[in-house]
Amino acid sequence: MLLNQFLFLAAMLFCIGVYGVLARRNGVMVLMSVELILNAVNINLVAFGAFRHDVTGQVFALFVIAIAAAEVGVGLALVLMLYRNRRSIDVDDVDLMKG
Amino acid sequence: MLAELMVAENVAFYLIAITMVVAAVRVVTTRHIVHAALYLVLVLAGVAALYILLAAEFIAITQVLVYIGAIVVLFLFGIMLTRAPMGPMHDSDNEQRIVGATIAALLLGVMGYTLWRAYRDTEFVDLQVQTTNDVANSVFSTYVLPFEVISVLLLAALIGAIVLARRD
Amino acid sequence: MNQPFMLTHVWIVPGLMVVSFLLILFLGKRFSERVTSSIGVAFIGVCFVLSCTAAVNWIQRVNHPVPNLSAAQSLVTQPDGRPAPIAGQSDADAVTGAYRGPAEAAKDNAVKAGDNPATAAESTASATTETTVAAGEHEAKASPIVTRWTWFQWGDITFEFGFIADGLSVLMLFTVTAISLLVHIYSKEYLHGDVRFTHYYAFLSLFSAAMLFYVTSSNTIQMLTGWELVGVCSFVLIGHWWEERPNTDAALKAFLTNRVGDVGLIIGVIITFFAAGATSFNVLHINQYALSPAANQTLLLVGALCLFGGVTSKSGQFPLHTWLPDAMAGPTPVSALIHAATMVVAGVYLIARLYSVFYEGLNIGDNWINYVAVIGGITIVGGALLAFVQTDIKKVLAYSTISQLGYMVMALGVGAWTGAVFHLFTHAFFKACLFLGAGSVSHAAHHTFDMRKMGGLRKYMPATFATFILGTIALMGIFPFAGFWSKDEVLAGSLSGQRHAYTFMLVLGLLGAVMTCLYMSRVIYLTFFGEYRGEGTPHESPKIMTVPLWILGVGAVVLGLVNIPNWFKVGNLDYTTRFEHYIEPTFAFPVLNHAEFNWLLALGTTILAAIALFLAYQYFWKAKSVFLGVKDRVGALAWGYKVLENKYYLDHLYTDIIVGGVKGPLARGSYWFNNQVIDRVVNTAGTASVATGRVLYAQVDQKVVDGIILSAGAGAEESGEALRHIQTGRVQQYAALLFAGVAILAIILVIFV
Repeated sequence: MLLNQFLFLAAMLFCIGVYGVLARRNGVMVLMSVELILNAVNINLVAFGAFRHDVTGQVFALFVIAIAAAEVGVGLALVLMLYRNRRSIDVDDVDLMKG
Repeated sequence: MLAELMVAENVAFYLIAITMVVAAVRVVTTRHIVHAALYLVLVLAGVAALYILLAAEFIAITQVLVYIGAIVVLFLFGIMLTRAPMGPMHDSDNEQRIVGATIAALLLGVMGYTLWRAYRDTEFVDLQVQTTNDVANSVFSTYVLPFEVISVLLLAALIGAIVLARRD
Repeated sequence: MNQPFMLTHVWIVPGLMVVSFLLILFLGKRFSERVTSSIGVAFIGVCFVLSCTAAVNWIQRVNHPVPNLSAAQSLVTQPDGRPAPIAGQSDADAVTGAYRGPAEAAKDNAVKAGDNPATAAESTASATTETTVAAGEHEAKASPIVTRWTWFQWGDITFEFGFIADGLSVLMLFTVTAISLLVHIYSKEYLHGDVRFTHYYAFLSLFSAAMLFYVTSSNTIQMLTGWELVGVCSFVLIGHWWEERPNTDAALKAFLTNRVGDVGLIIGVIITFFAAGATSFNVLHINQYALSPAANQTLLLVGALCLFGGVTSKSGQFPLHTWLPDAMAGPTPVSALIHAATMVVAGVYLIARLYSVFYEGLNIGDNWINYVAVIGGITIVGGALLAFVQTDIKKVLAYSTISQLGYMVMALGVGAWTGAVFHLFTHAFFKACLFLGAGSVSHAAHHTFDMRKMGGLRKYMPATFATFILGTIALMGIFPFAGFWSKDEVLAGSLSGQRHAYTFMLVLGLLGAVMTCLYMSRVIYLTFFGEYRGEGTPHESPKIMTVPLWILGVGAVVLGLVNIPNWFKVGNLDYTTRFEHYIEPTFAFPVLNHAEFNWLLALGTTILAAIALFLAYQYFWKAKSVFLGVKDRVGALAWGYKVLENKYYLDHLYTDIIVGGVKGPLARGSYWFNNQVIDRVVNTAGTASVATGRVLYAQVDQKVVDGIILSAGAGAEESGEALRHIQTGRVQQYAALLFAGVAILAIILVIFV
């Protein structure tokens, strides 16, 4: 197996996640895209860890997972608040900072 | 090269990879929000399978447990609580689609080119299983500080979520 | 090498008079008249003694000339005080024509002295005292002593500051200091109680200093300086009583007329400088050039004529003599010193000093007539004629001076150099005697100079009368008084000439002699004989005034004996032609034909003078002459008298026609130019500035400058208005931008790094 396979796969997932972050209207979907990104990063880390016979990759990935969890929790809380106040989770409607 | 491709890992990898990519694309393009969550599950599962392929057993299990078991559930709860429509949404994408696609393509191009140049034919040599034991050793000795910090972070997130979502 | 101190340090003499001038100027007013006059007299007295010493030194030098003249020695003092090794400096050998000027001679110095660097001969900015003995070309005669410092050098040209001591300058030193001393003493009484006593003495000292500086100058630039300075002093002293308008007019006339001639002088100096190779202004250098076979005769002629222009004005030659009679407005001692004995002879001295230029330029040796001689001759007769119609005694003497100056210039024109200089010498004494006598007469006759108000003064003023008679007889040229010897030498010179006789000049000279006798007899008769026609009672002047008169009178008698012609030589004693022996230059001087004493000519002049005196006696004393009242009977003579009274209408020509003709149109033209052109230019400049200002304000300041400022603000505002729309408030847009930036940066990173 080539290292490049995993890395390229991770790159693709990352870019798809980026597209999702930029193009999705629903807040929850944005968060899901963020998850895609994080997973791509994780694949990278673990691949390199395996390549270099270093367990640090896994450790780092573990921490990323933990953080992702925390982030999703808080993020969804935010989305809920948004829904509660505005009755919609359309991200485009949150433009109070419009210049 | 054809002989190497015939190795079982490669086959497995490509199968999983294709599944994952398709699912990921569906996540970001589907109109059904619940479908998106389910596709996400597929992606996450695929990731876990890749971890197994890479002989990272601990992280694979953790991935399944945490991501699929907790985070996706969280997503579903979120969908439910925000009264997401069960059918297709009309306005699931905003105007930035083209721009976003362009940017994503650009990034993919850059990253792909760089990866090709950097790691053209680098192969995995002698994949050894990295046991839970190793991981635990590493976490609790070298990286004990980040570990503790993560705990605090989780605590903070927990409290934060509660504070945020409470009805006052 | 024994160069006498007084000859190498001849600059002390004018220097002392400068000190006297400064002392009197700054201290005179504080003290009394006595102190001022004492300072002046003391200094000029010391200068006289030093001049006598210099004369004695020069005589000794001529008696014991420097042997081995081919290699002259130079005594050079280096700036650090030590004498430099003796370097040979050979001067021009005019006979062979190998002309070398100071530059080449300096190079010789460097070569002969081995590797002695240029400090020995060519000093540029530092003041190296260089005392050179110029080698002479005439055998067994002494050469001039030149003391000079190089002022600065510019390329090939050397500007030097130096003094020359030879026979001519020593003679002039003696004459000037002697007459000046007597005038200083005389003035104490004459100007007693004058309102500007110290000022007078100060300028008397300055004049003496300037004149002495002039006669010891070693180069033409310095001579020019001295010349101008004596002109200035003359101006100041003529206008001494400037409260009266005629006095200032006379002073201005003197100065400006001299200025007209000075144009020629300056041009002449320049021409001679360039003709002589444009390296040095040194008079010896110029004379050597004039005598060398390579000399450009046309250039010398032009230069000589231009120089003669200066002589015409300063030495009262026709037609620029008009200032001299008017200059009698100054105090009489001034007239005696300046306008009889010293300043007016500055022109004669110039010709005498640069005689080679004149001799070669005008070709005096081969001609029987030339411009200088003609002008001199005309001046003799013209001046004498005018003396007949004057009523002012000083004016008669002024015209007489003009006439005698004509003699000197004519003598130089015919090649009788010694005659001219000798006449200068004797004339100084007897003319000064006559002028001081006139001053004494006016002192007695209540300050009038009008002869119609005098008469019969010989009873009241015997001393003045006696000395006046002595001076007159000398002026008339009666044997054996001083004037006879000098005038006779002049006439003999014109008779024999150089190669051809200058007969026309001889005729004019004889005519002048006759006329001198006649007009001086008139003066004597009107002043001293007959009945006193003035006011009050005249009395003899005090001793302080009569003693100088006696000294000058005695001089007028005996001084002729210093140049007794060789005709009178008895035995082996060396007492004849002493003057010529000591004074005539031997270096850089043309070979002249010295006229021998012609006893026939002398007899002729004496007879002519006797006839003239007899005629005068008949006319004046006996009032029994056929010429009495002749001008009333003969119309032509009456017209001639009128012309003489109007001084040949020359003043009218100069003032009204020449000056007036220039003044009127010139003034009108200048006024027009001023109004139309200059004012218009200025006004245009003003209006143009105003218009420019207006344009600048409206266009540049308001529109452009303010526009820039305003547009900066407007630009900021509009760009802000445009950029505002980027901030939509939508997070995803920001994210898009973020990722786009990252992508681009990544691409750049990959491509370029």
